[in-house]
Amino acid sequence: MQRIGVFVCHCGSNIAATVDVKKVVEMVAMEPGVVHAEDYQYMCSEAGQAKIAEAVKEKNLTGIVVCSCSPRMHENTFRTAAKRAGINPYMVEIANIREHCSWIHKNVEEATEKAVILARAAIAKVNLNAPLFPGESRVTKRALVIGGGIAGIQTALDIADAGYEVDIVEKTPSIGGRMSQLDKTFPTLDCSACILTPKMVEAAAHEKITIYTYSEVEKVSGFVGDFTVDIRKKARSVDANKCTGCGVCQEKCPSKKAPSEFNRGLNTRSAIYTPFAQAIPNVPVIDRDACIKFKTGKCGVCEKVCQAGAIDYTQQDEIVTQKYGAIVVATGFDTIKLDNYDEYAYNQSKDVITSLELERIMNAAGPTKGHLERLSDGKHPHEIVFVQCVGSRCSDNRGKSYCSKICCMYTAKHAMLIRDKYPDVNVTVFYIDVRTPGKNFDEFYRRAVEEYGVNYVKGQVGKVIPQPNGKLLVQGSDLLDNKQIFKEADMVVLATAIEPEASVRQIATMLTASIDTNNFLTEAHPKLRPVESPTAGVFLSGVCQGPKDIPETVAQAGAAAVKAIGLLAKDKLTTNPCTAKADELMCNGCSTCANVCPYGAISYEEKEVNDHGIRETRRIAVVNNALCQGCGACTVTCPSGAMDLQGFSNRQIIAEVDAICR
Amino acid sequence: MSSAKNQAERIKEISGVNPLKCMKCGKCSATCPAFNEMDIKPHQFVSYVLNGDIDALANSKSLWKCLSCFACVERCPRDVQPGRLIDAARQLVIRQKGQTGLAPEEIPELLDEDLPQQLLMSAFRRYRR
Amino acid sequence: MSINNEEFRPKIVAFCCNWCSYAGADLAGSSRLAYPADVKIIRVPCSCRVNPMFILRAFEKGADGVIICGCHPGDCHYSTGNYYARRRMTLLFSMLDYMGVENGRTRVEWVSAAEGVKFSQTMNEFVEKIHSLGENVRLGDLRCKN
Repeated sequence: MQRIGVFVCHCGSNIAATVDVKKVVEMVAMEPGVVHAEDYQYMCSEAGQAKIAEAVKEKNLTGIVVCSCSPRMHENTFRTAAKRAGINPYMVEIANIREHCSWIHKNVEEATEKAVILARAAIAKVNLNAPLFPGESRVTKRALVIGGGIAGIQTALDIADAGYEVDIVEKTPSIGGRMSQLDKTFPTLDCSACILTPKMVEAAAHEKITIYTYSEVEKVSGFVGDFTVDIRKKARSVDANKCTGCGVCQEKCPSKKAPSEFNRGLNTRSAIYTPFAQAIPNVPVIDRDACIKFKTGKCGVCEKVCQAGAIDYTQQDEIVTQKYGAIVVATGFDTIKLDNYDEYAYNQSKDVITSLELERIMNAAGPTKGHLERLSDGKHPHEIVFVQCVGSRCSDNRGKSYCSKICCMYTAKHAMLIRDKYPDVNVTVFYIDVRTPGKNFDEFYRRAVEEYGVNYVKGQVGKVIPQPNGKLLVQGSDLLDNKQIFKEADMVVLATAIEPEASVRQIATMLTASIDTNNFLTEAHPKLRPVESPTAGVFLSGVCQGPKDIPETVAQAGAAAVKAIGLLAKDKLTTNPCTAKADELMCNGCSTCANVCPYGAISYEEKEVNDHGIRETRRIAVVNNALCQGCGACTVTCPSGAMDLQGFSNRQIIAEVDAICR
Repeated sequence: MSSAKNQAERIKEISGVNPLKCMKCGKCSATCPAFNEMDIKPHQFVSYVLNGDIDALANSKSLWKCLSCFACVERCPRDVQPGRLIDAARQLVIRQKGQTGLAPEEIPELLDEDLPQQLLMSAFRRYRR
Repeated sequence: MSINNEEFRPKIVAFCCNWCSYAGADLAGSSRLAYPADVKIIRVPCSCRVNPMFILRAFEKGADGVIICGCHPGDCHYSTGNYYARRRMTLLFSMLDYMGVENGRTRVEWVSAAEGVKFSQTMNEFVEKIHSLGENVRLGDLRCKN
C-alpha cells in the first residue's frame, strides 16, 4: 500500500470559487492509502512546493496527488518538486480540477462532487504507480528547416550562427519565398529585395547551411533528437555543379508560354527558368510540362547553347536521407482562391487584381516593368478602388473566419505609393475596420490619409461590374454618410485573405504536428510556448502558425531558432519512461504487437523463463525503450494481455474507471 | 419596453438570424437595389433588431420597399442575412394585423406565363409565412 | 432503478488522448465552455491505448455512457493510433449494441487541441443523448448496485 499525500490547490479563486476545497480535502482524506491531505492557495508556488516536501518528510509519503490545473500545465513542476523531496517523479498524479471542473461548472455542489471523484481516480491510480526511470537518447546536432522564405532563412541563419548544421528544404527553384515577390515593405517602405537578398546570399554562403531547392520532404520518421528525413530533390534537368548561371538557355528557349509563378501568372516565362533574377541558387530548372524537348523529343536548344554542358535531360529525382535533431516548419502562406467571390469579378476582368499581383505590377522586375497600368489594355489608370477584407473575417463558408492581419497595412502602403508616384490617380479604399496595431503603423496609415489624400470609405464593396467601355463599376456602401456609392474605376485591387500554404497539411501529417481547422499549425501553448509544436522537437516559424507581418515573422523565426538551438545544445535527452513492457511469462511470441508498433520498437528474443518451476526457452517480445514512444497500441493488440504500458497500465486505468463509476 | 424586447426575440426566432454576428461592414447595403427607397437601410435593420427598436422598423417604409431579392443574404460575409430579418419583421406586422397574407392555394390563380418565377417567389416570401 | 429522468445523474467516462482531445478539453476549460459535470475525463496517451476491456469495465461498474476522443484521422501524434482505435471501437460498439448497450451510449469523436468548442458541444450532445436513453441496465455488475 502506498502512503499518499493529497494536495488541493485553490489557484487563487480559479478553483476555490466553484469547488469547495475544504470539502475535497475532507472527503479524500478517507480514501485508502491517503495519509495526508491539505489545501493551499497556490500549490505551484515555491511555498506550495515546500509544503509537498515537508509532508513527504513528515509523513514518509510514497505517492503524491495534486488536485490543480491541467497536467499539461504543471505536471513537470510537481514531478520536479517530488524529485527534490526524494520521491520518484512518476509517483505523482494530477487531478485536473481547474480546466475540467471549476472553470466549466457553476454549481458549487456539483463541481465539488466532481472534483472529489477526479481526485479519487488519481488516488486510485497512484496506489498502483511504480517508480519509473527515464532513459537517455542521443541528439543529432543538425536541424532541418522546411521552407525557404524569410522565416526559414532567418531561422536557418540563427541556428547556423550558433554553430549547428542546418538544411533548408524549399520546394520552388529558389529560396526567397513570398517576401521576394514584394516590392516595398511597410511601414518604412524599404525595398523588399534590398533587405532580403543579402540574407539569401548570406544563407547560401554560410558554411553550416545546406540549401535544397526544388526539393520536398517526403518522409519523416523518428522522434525528438533523432529524426530521419527523406528529402526528394526533384530533377532540375540542369547540373548545378556545371551551371554558371549565364542565363543564355533562358533567353534562347523557344517555349515561352508557361505562366510565371513568381509573377502570379500575370506574364509568362520560358520552360527553362529561374524564378527571378536574384534567385539563389542561380541555377535554372526545366519545367518538364512546358519543355518542347520533353513533350516531343525535338528541340534541345538549351543543351546546344549551354557552354558549360550543364543541361542533363536524363536527370532523375534523387532521395537524400538525413538525420536531424530538430525540425523547424516555415512553410508560409498563399492567398486564397477567389472562385467563390463572383461579385468582385476577379475571374471576369483582368483589371480586378489581388494585392500580391499589384505588388508584382509595382515592381520594376514585374510584368509591367514597374509601370502602373491596366493589364487589359495597358492604359494608365486614373481611378483605383481598394477593397479590404476580401475573404477575411467571413463566417460563411466562402472565406476565412480570421483577420489576415497584414492587409490594412499593405493596402495603406499601396495607396500611398500610388499617390506618391502618380498624383493624378484617385485612390479609394473601402474598409470595415482599419487595424493598425504595431510600431509606427497607425502613423503610417494616417500619413496615407492626411499627406497623400487617400480616400478611405467606411463600408464594403458589394459588387464590381465590368462595363462595356472597359471600366469597372464599383458598387459599395458608405456607412458614415449612409449612402450607396457607385464609382467607375479603372482598376480594383482586392486585399485577399491569406491561408497556410497547401502543402502544410501533408507536412504536419508527416511530423504528427497538430493543425487547426484553418490549417495553421497549433502551438504547444498559445501564450507560453508560441513557437513550439506540441510534438517535441518540432518548431514553428512564420505564417504557418498564424498570420504575421515581416517583423513578427523574423522575430518568431529567431525564437524558433533559439528553441531549436536549446535542443541541439544538449548531448543527451531524457526519454519518456512510460514505455511498453512485455510480461515474460504471459508473452507467447506471436508478433502481433510488432506489427502495430509505428516505431519498430518491438523485437523478439529467445529467452529462458521460469514458468512456475518449468524452465524453458521461449520467444518473447522485447521493447526498445529508446524507440518506444508509449502510445499503447501494442498493449491493446496483445492477445494474451502480456503487453502493458508503464505509467498507464491496464490496472491503473481500470482503477480510474472504477473510481469514477463508484 | 419588455414587449419590444419580446418582439425582437420573435424576429430573431422567426428569421433564425443572430444579429450579434454582424461586424458592421455594410456589404448588405452596398448592393441593395431598393437602397434609395428605404428610410432604414439594410445594415441598420440589424442594429435596430439588436437594440430592440422594433416599432421604428414596423413603421418604416423599408419594410415594404424590400424586394426580398436576398442579395444581402447572398453577400453577407458573416451569415447575418439582413433580408431574413426584414422578412421576419414584415411577418410580425402582418400577423399583428390579423392577416394571413398569401395562401399557397391562391398562387395557381395568380400564375401567368409572362410572370417571372422570381417575382412569384419573392411575393410569396413577402406576404406569406 | 430510477425511471424518473429528472433525478437521473448519468455516469459518463470520457477517454481523451493526451495530445489532441485532452488539450481540447483543457481549451474548453480555459475558454469557459460549459458541459455537464457528469462527464469525467481519463487521460490516456493515445486513443489506441483504450482497451475494450476498459469500456466493458466501465459499463460493468455502472457507467451510462463511454466516449473516446482522439486526434483527427491523419493527425495522430503516433501516426496511426487513432486508426486502430477506430477499427477496434467499431467492432466493440456493434458487439455492445448486440448485447443491449445501445449505440448511443458509446461514441468515438475526433477533437483536436484547437477544438475547445467542439469538445464542449460534443459532450453536451452526448450527455443529452444519454439522458434520453436513461440509465444503462445492461452489463452492470449487480453486486455494485446498492
